[in-house]
Amino acid sequence: MGFIQTWLPYILAGIAVGGQYALIAIGYTMVYGILRLINFAHGDVFMWSGLIMVYLVTILPLWLSVILVIVFAIVLGTTIEKVAYRPLRSAPRMSIMISAIGVSYLLQNFALYITGGLTKTYPTISWLQRTVTIGSASTKMVTLVTPVLTIVLVFLLVMLIKHTKIGMAMRAVSRDFETSSLMGIDIDRVITVTFVIGCALAAIGSVLYFSNYTGIQPMSGAMPGLKAFVAAVFGGIGSVPGAVVGAFVIGIAENLIKGVGWTNFSDAFTFVLLIIILMVKPTGLFGEKNIDKV
Amino acid sequence: MKKFLALMLTLLLVMMSLAACGGGGSDSGSGDNVIKIGVFEPASGDNGAGGKQETLGIQYANFVQPTVTIGDTEYNVELTIVDNESDNSKAVTAAQNLVSQNVSIVLGSYGSAVSIAAADVFADAGMPAIGVTCTNPQVTADCEQYFRICFLDPFQGTVLANYAWENGMKKAYCLSKQGDDYSKGLVNYFIEAFKGLGGEVVEEQFPDKNSDFTSYVANAKKNGCDVFFSPVSTEAAALIIDQAEAQSLGMPILAGDTWDSNVITEAAKGKKVDITVTTFYQEGGNADFDSGIKKWMEENSEAMTNNGGNTEIAAVTAMGYDAYFVALEALKAAGSKDAGDVLAALPDLQVSGLVCGDVSFNETGDANKTEAFVKKCNTESGTWEFVKKQAAE
Repeated sequence: MGFIQTWLPYILAGIAVGGQYALIAIGYTMVYGILRLINFAHGDVFMWSGLIMVYLVTILPLWLSVILVIVFAIVLGTTIEKVAYRPLRSAPRMSIMISAIGVSYLLQNFALYITGGLTKTYPTISWLQRTVTIGSASTKMVTLVTPVLTIVLVFLLVMLIKHTKIGMAMRAVSRDFETSSLMGIDIDRVITVTFVIGCALAAIGSVLYFSNYTGIQPMSGAMPGLKAFVAAVFGGIGSVPGAVVGAFVIGIAENLIKGVGWTNFSDAFTFVLLIIILMVKPTGLFGEKNIDKV
Repeated sequence: MKKFLALMLTLLLVMMSLAACGGGGSDSGSGDNVIKIGVFEPASGDNGAGGKQETLGIQYANFVQPTVTIGDTEYNVELTIVDNESDNSKAVTAAQNLVSQNVSIVLGSYGSAVSIAAADVFADAGMPAIGVTCTNPQVTADCEQYFRICFLDPFQGTVLANYAWENGMKKAYCLSKQGDDYSKGLVNYFIEAFKGLGGEVVEEQFPDKNSDFTSYVANAKKNGCDVFFSPVSTEAAALIIDQAEAQSLGMPILAGDTWDSNVITEAAKGKKVDITVTTFYQEGGNADFDSGIKKWMEENSEAMTNNGGNTEIAAVTAMGYDAYFVALEALKAAGSKDAGDVLAALPDLQVSGLVCGDVSFNETGDANKTEAFVKKCNTESGTWEFVKKQAAE
């Protein structure tokens, strides 16, 4: 009992932040699965969703702002795809990757320009930020909501991928780009849908994340984005359940390490994990074996 | 069509870069009767909010006193403001920028780390610099060109430790940021003094770009501490306050001069937290200055925004105001606008009539200060309340 009492706050925090990483990681992993592209701008779409929320809430009611934030993230994500990735689709993969890094910097610097570099405080969503007490630990409501919401959303997403027509198309495209286009699948549409789902989840993740850690500045997307990316690699990039498991592992481990007192190494852990995974099992936990097709 | 577009874009870029050069050119060419004072402050990054407030004080002082008479000539004082982005590597570039623009003296920076990083540049150029609120001893220790008008961290750390001990706190949780000279330095001096008094200490650090303070607050509770000492940047502070409320921290939070900012009072408003800080100035200390700068901010919407949307006066703003007048006195004493002459005049300079107390420098170039203000956050009204003046004996 004493053991649980001591560690409960850390585990709760870990599960919450893990769920938030998971919502971002899904965006990375799906885009990679289909385009073989690491969408470096994804973390910044996440940051921008948070930033837009700050501005929207000043003129609109809360519920409407949340919906509009999700719409905004979707529009931003699909626009990025149309403008920065689609024209480069037949170019070497390196070009499109560099384009992604460029978009990432553009978004960060534009945010710097808009905010003047000052931290913006995320609006209060009183229901999410209410303090709740569980056993020995008191925490914010959002800590409890996050894992539940994450799992529900992931379940819906897996259902979508497994049992709908568009889901089938997505699986086909991720297997073989050219053949599926020859079979009459509208590749552009599949890719757009992928970005729509990824960005919508990132926007929901931003609401949860920034309700818990309320400061937003232009670099706010960088660290969560990077960690979500590690989570996606850890779980096997391309696999949705893998990304979710990876995100929870990273979130919980990070907080337990801080709890032990090795606060200096909490970030280092995440990246050491990345290196170890790449060395020992480059396909990740749930990754598919990559068979080179002739 | 595509070629045409590419050509147009290229042309646009070339024109923009030319325009940028043109802007720079006209600046350096402006007449003989202009003295340039460099303002080396962060306007973005972790310390952006504080840097902007310090710059505000300098700008207001420049508004109050836009000219200086050296000998028989009256010079217009022009501020050359650069952004060091709260980043040690960008700070060096920003400092070089000031040197190459031939400013007479440099003021700043908020945040000791960037000042330490830039000290070499100022030393190489023989450029005198006056630290406004950078409290780490290292800023002036190895650099003859760096002076400062505020108290130092060994002093501030001792003051804070005394205050904690006098209020019955026996075990302190100390949190600083990795690679941040200011918070680490202050925490070290606090620990030294607090242990000297017989207190117990738990020390931890958080990495750069961290925004998850849940576990740190949990650690402080787990270790059964009496006080949470975290003199970190205001950005991190807002997040710490938020987590302290969420997990009902149940112990007072203690911090240094950085926390004396309306970012903190905004963050703490309506929350069940107990925040005490040491600082340089208490609003109400000088009525003329208070009313003057408030009026100025009300008339100047950009200044108001940079101050965080209200007219609450931060101590760093008052210090920025003082620093500007110290710089003017130095220029008068030097009798020229040459950086070398100003540097020679600084060690013997004595300035009185300032907002935060008189300034004179000791042999390392630090101001002789003996007292700090202790303030407590009133979480109902979101303002600072004066507690006492605390000395370090």
